[in-house]
Amino acid sequence: MARTIIPFGPQHPVFPEPLHLKLVLEDEIVKEVVPALGFVHRGLERLVEIRDFHQMIQICERVCGICSTVHAQCYCQGIEELMGVEVPDRAKFLRVIWGEISRIQSHLLWLGLFADAFGFESLFMQCWRIRERIMDINEATGGNRVIVSVNVIGGVRRDLDPDMTRWTLTQLDLVEKEVRQLEKVLLDDYTVRKRTVGKGVLTRDQALELGAAGPTLRGSGVAQDMRQLGYAAYGELSYEPVTAGDGDAYSRNRVRFLETYQAVELVREAISKLPSGEINVKVKGKPEGEVVTRVEQPRGEVMYYIKGNGSKNLDRLRIRTPTFANIPPLLSMLPGMELADVPVITLSIDPCISCTER
Amino acid sequence: MKEKVISVTPETVVSQTLDMKKKGYRLVTLSCVELDADTLDILYHFDKDLDLMHLRLTAPKNKAVPSISSVYFASFLVENEIQDQFGIRFEGLVLDYDRTLYLEEEVRDAPCCRIAVSEEEKNKGE
Repeated sequence: MARTIIPFGPQHPVFPEPLHLKLVLEDEIVKEVVPALGFVHRGLERLVEIRDFHQMIQICERVCGICSTVHAQCYCQGIEELMGVEVPDRAKFLRVIWGEISRIQSHLLWLGLFADAFGFESLFMQCWRIRERIMDINEATGGNRVIVSVNVIGGVRRDLDPDMTRWTLTQLDLVEKEVRQLEKVLLDDYTVRKRTVGKGVLTRDQALELGAAGPTLRGSGVAQDMRQLGYAAYGELSYEPVTAGDGDAYSRNRVRFLETYQAVELVREAISKLPSGEINVKVKGKPEGEVVTRVEQPRGEVMYYIKGNGSKNLDRLRIRTPTFANIPPLLSMLPGMELADVPVITLSIDPCISCTER
Repeated sequence: MKEKVISVTPETVVSQTLDMKKKGYRLVTLSCVELDADTLDILYHFDKDLDLMHLRLTAPKNKAVPSISSVYFASFLVENEIQDQFGIRFEGLVLDYDRTLYLEEEVRDAPCCRIAVSEEEKNKGE
């Protein structure tokens, strides 16, 4: 059988952002995949040379709009560790609240895009309709719908008063109720199962060997999540990673769907345990030394390597995002699959090219 | 860094990486840092049950270092990224983009190096 090469992307209806896959096919079956990146690379890491370490928070927030809160949190956490800053307890809980709200909005965004990838338009619209409530929470609590700029070195810049926490909880009750109405469709519908079960299988061993992260890793049965490290206030909250064992697109869908409930629960628990006190501390000095810090983004583990030299500009900021880690596993998921399944499988890793091409 | 850091050389990096794999470590990523006009630090970050461990390879910019992609396939992407950004070459890459992962073919300088070594100087070094 003659081999055919199909260029998939960078502009493709299923991709929200530009990613190119060179697919080598025999008949309709994928045999090999070669990825191509670099269509929107911004070189943000190099901005440490001209922006001081406080200004870099705004840069990190713009690595990716969807997980901007978590990027800023990871960066601040790294600088705080370098400078020996002890963050107030209230700020730690507030970071969890905004981080989990960001996870809900990211997962709902992805669930909608995933439904769109297999042609379920009404499900796509329902997911995004529910997500609007989360955007409203972002706007009311942080002042912005997408980039909720709350993290600063030493804590957070905004507080939540009792009225706002009550209103947030009411909105989350509605979100949970509406998400539950989608559960039967997203997890049990014949069409959804037909398009996702057994597609793009990544075994547990492959996931570990290929360095998978986040729901892609947990969808292969590995119970690993950076929140287990107990950063911010996660150590004081009840948290167990959500896993699914089959390693296919359905399992990754299931993990993200169930994590939406879990995130709602975590926000409720964090609000119920929210201690009183300061929300930030004054930071003096300049960062010096090296640190590696990790947090769990909606798409998985994000790692920041920071090297400070005692001046206001860092020597190096290196960001490893979860999609970057999930590209090698994707190359293992696609061979053997039909061309028609490529969009669904590719979407199942929740690719964020904005993060990857930071 | 508070985690354990092991220094490696170009001669020992592959065997040390293989040892990490046998012990069940997952490769998180590689980080590259420019130290001065002639040298770079390449840090290999590994994780096992949420514990991090790092290998540190200090290498001259003008000499190729061995790729670990034959041990951890996943490293091919970040090694290609480092080739693009810092100009250092990785020998034995399982998929070598020849510095075109992010860059156009005609770009020959290293955008993340303050002081770059030109292609001619590199050839002399080899």
